[in-house]
Amino acid sequence: MAELSERPFPPGDYPVIVVGSGPGGLQVSYSLGRLGVAHAVLSADDAPGGMFRRWPFFQRLLSWTKPYAPALRGSRGYERYDWNSLIPNEDEHRAVMPELMDGSSYFPSRPEMQQGLEAFAARTGIAVRYGCRWEATGREDGAAGERFVLETSDGTYRCQVLVLAVGVAEPWRPETPGMELAAHYADTRSADTYADKRVFIVGKQNSGFELATGLLPWARQIVLASPSPARLSVNTHSLVGIRARYVQPYEDHVLGGGVAILDASIDAIERRSDGAGFVVRTRRSDGSGEMDFEMDEVIAATGFVTPLRDLPALGVATFGQSRLPAQTPFWESASVPGIYFAGTIGQGSRGLHKHGIPANSGAVNGARYNARCLAGQIARTHFGIEPARPEIEPADLCDIIADELTSGPEIWNQRAYLARAISFDATVGVRDDGIVPLAWFVDASGPNALAVTLETDGSGEVYPVLYTRLGGLIAERRLDPHPLLDYRTAAARRAINEVLGQFGLGLG
Amino acid sequence: MAGRDEIVDTIAGFALFADLTTPQLQEVAHIFEEQWHPAEERVLRQGLSGSGFYVILEGTCSIRVDGEERATLSRGEFFGEVSILLGEPPVADVVALTPLRSLVLAGSGVEPFLVRHPQVMYRMLQASARRLRNANRWRS
Repeated sequence: MAELSERPFPPGDYPVIVVGSGPGGLQVSYSLGRLGVAHAVLSADDAPGGMFRRWPFFQRLLSWTKPYAPALRGSRGYERYDWNSLIPNEDEHRAVMPELMDGSSYFPSRPEMQQGLEAFAARTGIAVRYGCRWEATGREDGAAGERFVLETSDGTYRCQVLVLAVGVAEPWRPETPGMELAAHYADTRSADTYADKRVFIVGKQNSGFELATGLLPWARQIVLASPSPARLSVNTHSLVGIRARYVQPYEDHVLGGGVAILDASIDAIERRSDGAGFVVRTRRSDGSGEMDFEMDEVIAATGFVTPLRDLPALGVATFGQSRLPAQTPFWESASVPGIYFAGTIGQGSRGLHKHGIPANSGAVNGARYNARCLAGQIARTHFGIEPARPEIEPADLCDIIADELTSGPEIWNQRAYLARAISFDATVGVRDDGIVPLAWFVDASGPNALAVTLETDGSGEVYPVLYTRLGGLIAERRLDPHPLLDYRTAAARRAINEVLGQFGLGLG
Repeated sequence: MAGRDEIVDTIAGFALFADLTTPQLQEVAHIFEEQWHPAEERVLRQGLSGSGFYVILEGTCSIRVDGEERATLSRGEFFGEVSILLGEPPVADVVALTPLRSLVLAGSGVEPFLVRHPQVMYRMLQASARRLRNANRWRS
């Protein structure tokens, strides 16, 4: 019991409570700590790691860390190539992941990812109360003002601000008749137990293709089915669609190797009368009729929903298949102020969603910047801790913007979602406002300002976009893409200076 | 009911999708994404590129040009198609007047979707014709 009594954050009243110890929870805790915001971190798990403790089922992550990259390991620019390390202020804590990976793949294994998170938490001194399960939520008006009340397996907690970083981790399946007979992705067994079986996978997203990839050497036949066509990331030029690592079943399908990929809705799943397997009844999306499949195994790779427990009853609005909470650009519940979201749940703050391309908030490389930005917002709006807004010499502006466009990691990993903002206020001069959500910038009022980011329109090109706010009016200026993404060129500088000219500046 | 099943039931009653079969409606529920906006939030922004085509599931929104309200839209109605068809940024803001639940399809997905479902294209033309007629009436 000695150990138990040493667990941090006993039940009580805290300014901020963060629930979750995955990348989102750890990053927001780290950043809150460095800003001086007192908070508690609670996690139902035994150790850092979040969803990576369980998934992906076939062991490796979908996000890479390149040990050797065009940018110096440990520099800010290196974060463009290392999608998995959390982001500290201190140089010595940067780029934890590449030092822990064994070099056999640039996609970390699950154990490597867990070790990376454990190392980051240990080195930066993040404290978490593990083994403490959030069970219910309420609100009360007390002497200290309005508080959220969290019932947990360890007792009652109260807080002014609640940050949920609990992943989109609750297995979900549609209400198709018989779908309960299918195993969920989360319950997939080891691959060898599918030897010589006919396997029907419901769902054509990455999880379905991941299973199919793992089962290729084992299954006799694999059918993947869902109503809409599979999309491939190499075609969408984004993280939308099946990632290249999992495209092998698709090639097997088009080259005729025993994998069938079908656009069809699933009408019903029935157990065969002799008990030997299942019949899956489908209806082709193209109207060409019904098709039945006799299969030995059915797996529902139908995704996950957000484990929000009783928050909808508290008024938290949700949307979409994953029941993500609807959020403001700063990841606050759009319907219950004071509740924020970090980690993969941050996908519910969709941003401008330009050209239909989502941000990378569902992956560590995007969520880590959201979490840092969120910590700053909580510090500012709830605790009066104003961020440093360094003054910029007007003569340096063009260089700063060109450098940011060429090597800035936030606007690279969160294209058209996060932006570097610079304000031009006659009374306080030119100020670096840091990284802000672009959707917030374009809807906010304020002094003349500039926000720079990178964007893509699905054509495969990545190009800079400069957003100006002049006299309250927002306009965008797209720069020509550079094949090597170098925006320190004379042409790019000319374009940047033209935009700066609108602010009555633009030298250098 | 939850999620896509509920969406299929909802959009089955919309004029825009009235000619689609159930599997086709399910496809719509898969390829369109659901969005939720609180009241007062901008859904479409005048002058900003890369917007989408929206179909309202619940709620009401206001079409505003330079801040002036020109029309309101509600359940079953749609917006954003004009800028996509013309390949230009929207010429109006669309602002949620109530919490707004909608389906959205990225601009690049609109042409293939309409070509695959000409009945939807025809219904969209009808709605556009109606809007044009009404606009002409106001003018005269």
